[in-house]
Amino acid sequence: MAEYAANSETPEVLFWVGCAGSFDQRAQKITKAFAQILEKVGVKFAILGKEEMCTGDPARRAGNEFLFQMMAYNNIQTLNGYGVKKIVTACPHCFNILKNEYPALGGEYEVIHHTTFLQQLINEGRIRLKEGGAFKGKKITYHDSCYLGRGNNIYEAPREVLQALDVELVEMKRCRTNGLCCGAGGAQMFKEEEKGNTRINFERSEEALETGANIIAANCPFCTTMLTDGVKNKEKEDDVKVMDIAEMVAQSLAD
Amino acid sequence: MQLIQQILFIIISGISIYLFARKVVEIRRNIMLGRKEDLTDNPGQRWKNMALLALGQKKMFKRPIPAILHLFVYVGFIIINIEILEIILDGITGQHRLFAPMLGSLYGILIGCFEILAVLVLAGCAIFLARRNIIKTPRLVQNELDGWPKNDANLILIMEIVLMTLFLAMNTADLVLQERGAEHYTVTDSFWITGMFTGLFSGLSDGTLIAIERGGWWLHIVGVFFFMNYLPYSKHFHIIVSFPNAYYMRLKKQGEMKNMPEIQNEVLYMMEPDKAPTDAAPAEPQRFGAKDVMDLSWKNLMDAYACTECGRCTAMCPANITGKKLSPRKIMMDTRDRLEEVGANVNKNKEFVEDGKTLVHDYITVEELRACTSCQACVEACPVSIDPLNIIYQLRRYLIMEESNSPEEWNLMFGNVENNMAPWKFSPDERDKWVSEMAEA
Repeated sequence: MAEYAANSETPEVLFWVGCAGSFDQRAQKITKAFAQILEKVGVKFAILGKEEMCTGDPARRAGNEFLFQMMAYNNIQTLNGYGVKKIVTACPHCFNILKNEYPALGGEYEVIHHTTFLQQLINEGRIRLKEGGAFKGKKITYHDSCYLGRGNNIYEAPREVLQALDVELVEMKRCRTNGLCCGAGGAQMFKEEEKGNTRINFERSEEALETGANIIAANCPFCTTMLTDGVKNKEKEDDVKVMDIAEMVAQSLAD
Repeated sequence: MQLIQQILFIIISGISIYLFARKVVEIRRNIMLGRKEDLTDNPGQRWKNMALLALGQKKMFKRPIPAILHLFVYVGFIIINIEILEIILDGITGQHRLFAPMLGSLYGILIGCFEILAVLVLAGCAIFLARRNIIKTPRLVQNELDGWPKNDANLILIMEIVLMTLFLAMNTADLVLQERGAEHYTVTDSFWITGMFTGLFSGLSDGTLIAIERGGWWLHIVGVFFFMNYLPYSKHFHIIVSFPNAYYMRLKKQGEMKNMPEIQNEVLYMMEPDKAPTDAAPAEPQRFGAKDVMDLSWKNLMDAYACTECGRCTAMCPANITGKKLSPRKIMMDTRDRLEEVGANVNKNKEFVEDGKTLVHDYITVEELRACTSCQACVEACPVSIDPLNIIYQLRRYLIMEESNSPEEWNLMFGNVENNMAPWKFSPDERDKWVSEMAEA
């Protein structure tokens, strides 16, 4: 973003990478896949790079409002400083907090989740997909993340992207508004689960495996990690892959 | 004799309406013990929510079978109350079936409809009893319902069955008396359901029939008055509170968490000291988050009275499904129990006197609060617009900010966010390392 600013240029969109997308090895692949799509399609995008900070979501959900407000203050200073208008992010937690919770603090932007962005690019014909791509006819189930689905009522955009890839979409019993959480939200990602009969990600992954799908499509770096662990727990990692929708699109781009 | 009945009726009605009103005023006062929250914006949307969610029971239909049975009981309850109007007017004036001459043949049709509804209510309640006690639908037999909550539910169902049976018995006896041309019994068209059962009573003497009819009439109306006064002490109070509860629901995305402007400002004044008001009187110190019911918003407290303990929230809760202690329904039940306790305390002492108990710890444990993934499944599932997650968030804020009560892993995460700007221990310099990796590839 600093480079664009130095050349007094404005990018089409700011890609908010998020902490998982920046540091987590698995999520970095999603980040790279999404960035690759944007480059290929010719979307002029920027990142904040080292100036990006945690949105404060895990702190806020855990109850640490002070820490959240500090993070939000700093991020809003940066974003407003650059005059950012439009943000795309591959993390539904960042998406939700930037879109719904930053405005009250003086950070008003058009915020869009990467699956919606991909759907728009496909509809506009900017993303061109291979005929008979790698996922054509493959049995795929889609896991609704809580903060994209129930949190923001986005259920169709990711499914439309999957339809564009010609996949055979099989739904889990608990889907859309009834979708079951992967177990990571509410800062659970950063601590052990409380005592119970099973782990939430095991429960959800088993449900996904029951559909007989070859791929579990996700839209969130945390869901991706949780479900991957759940699939491993059932020793199915050789047969069933957990993939972010951006990764699937990146592999299906026409030359 | 007639006059005594009239006077007795008026006295009983007066007392029950007074007692009911007194309890409702007390509950309103309890709700107002909560903190202020403005939920009056966009009235158009609010009326719409009330029409769809409360009146139209939109969310009930996520589970069609109980929804249809519930619809029978609900419609039956509302429509049959029109009959109560006649009963009350008869009671006061000493007339019998006051509306019959006015409505002519329409009267028989109306009563016929009421009777069909009465049968549907009977059937619905019988199936509901079976679901609770024989089929044992999981969400209706969970631990948190042991004791009073289960009895409460069964009692309501039995009461409704008794009321409907009395109504039908009364009409049957009435029809037989009409056929016999008994004095005082206005002749109407035959009623659709009870018309088929007059044979059952045809062998009885006029005196016995009058006793059945009068007994049915009196027990029915006294039962209704009892039911009305039982309501505010019961989970069944949802039939009233769900309406304002839908009206006042928060009109925001479910994913949005409520801001804390007091902390927002504190951070702002810390970062930009020149913006801090210099002459302002120090704000009244308010607890961060909620430790007890008085720290919650009035809407949270109204939620507690709207809860009918159906357990749809708990059945959808990922933590509860996987055997954790958290149950959103229990959060609501605990909030109401504690609020009732605080209310009784206020009644006794004029104002709340410290009783050494709080909602956190004494009612809701830290373990329950920690298990929440903030997935909003409970909020989505609730047919009467209750938001248990909102309460969980406020209790969590109290634990972290007032008690510093946090698992070690969260403390590490907080430290990382503060120092490394990410929840993990990575150097902030590596945040854009993926860019160079991508360029190399």
